[in-house]
Amino acid sequence: MAEPTDASPVAPRTSPLAHLADRMRAAAVTGARGVTLAERPFLTMVNLRLDLASEAADRVAKTLGTPLPRECGHTTAAGPYTVVWLGPDEWLVLSEEPVDTVELRQALAEDPGSVVDVSANRTTLELSGPVARQVLEKGCRLDLHPRVFGPGRAVSTTVGPVPVLLRQLDDAPTYRLLPRSSFADYLARWLIDAMSEYRGPEVP
Amino acid sequence: MLLITCPWCGPRDEAEYHYGGQAHVPYPERPADLDDEQWAAYVFYRDNPKGPFAERWTHSTGCRRWFNVLRDTVSYQVLASYRLDAPRPELPQAGGDR
Repeated sequence: MAEPTDASPVAPRTSPLAHLADRMRAAAVTGARGVTLAERPFLTMVNLRLDLASEAADRVAKTLGTPLPRECGHTTAAGPYTVVWLGPDEWLVLSEEPVDTVELRQALAEDPGSVVDVSANRTTLELSGPVARQVLEKGCRLDLHPRVFGPGRAVSTTVGPVPVLLRQLDDAPTYRLLPRSSFADYLARWLIDAMSEYRGPEVP
Repeated sequence: MLLITCPWCGPRDEAEYHYGGQAHVPYPERPADLDDEQWAAYVFYRDNPKGPFAERWTHSTGCRRWFNVLRDTVSYQVLASYRLDAPRPELPQAGGDR
């Protein structure tokens, strides 16, 4: 016999890291060696694939209001949208608001390509504070120094063993890490552990 | 640890890539005409040179593209990386006894 459930069909959705929200809040460090971690759940992500040389690229860029970035690490932004380069024919549109995929699909028209809402694929972690870069450098082999990596940059890489899309927002520095939902729990615990060092005094 | 330059993403750590075996192994033009021995040669037999070797790699945690790498099997030095549609680059004649 099926177990009776209390959940109604319209139960509020649960984010992949809802169970760690308190742990992440408690892990925050303040002061000169401060760093905070929080989840920014339910952001909209739309995967976009098309040939950059086709007319569809122009039409989609017009719909988004911004040209598609052409190089690894680059992003473009317009209104609520941020477009991240994933590959030579693949992009991810990030948005704080819902994205009208129908409109984008119409812009693609008959040209080969795809527009897919993949919001549930990843969740978003925000790591911010003066030592945020040091925390990331414990597990990310990429050069994150300001002369190479800065606000508006986004790359696919790994943090610890977890593949993430890493994006820098500002000079605080604030980073956004987008792991796949099923890896988010591990990554959040990994970051909480990496942050704990900065609670105590600096070891000379 | 190797530092491999992806033609799209630039130099990245070896751990971001996966290996795909020998490059420039074309699919048979008339597969139906091959006998078992020729199929075996196509599917299983690969070169094993001492020195520069062209091989396929995929940037799995980056742009997810396949590309070719010229790697020295003696020193593990990555000599060149190039896109799949590019020809194998000519190397300046390397010195030493190979």
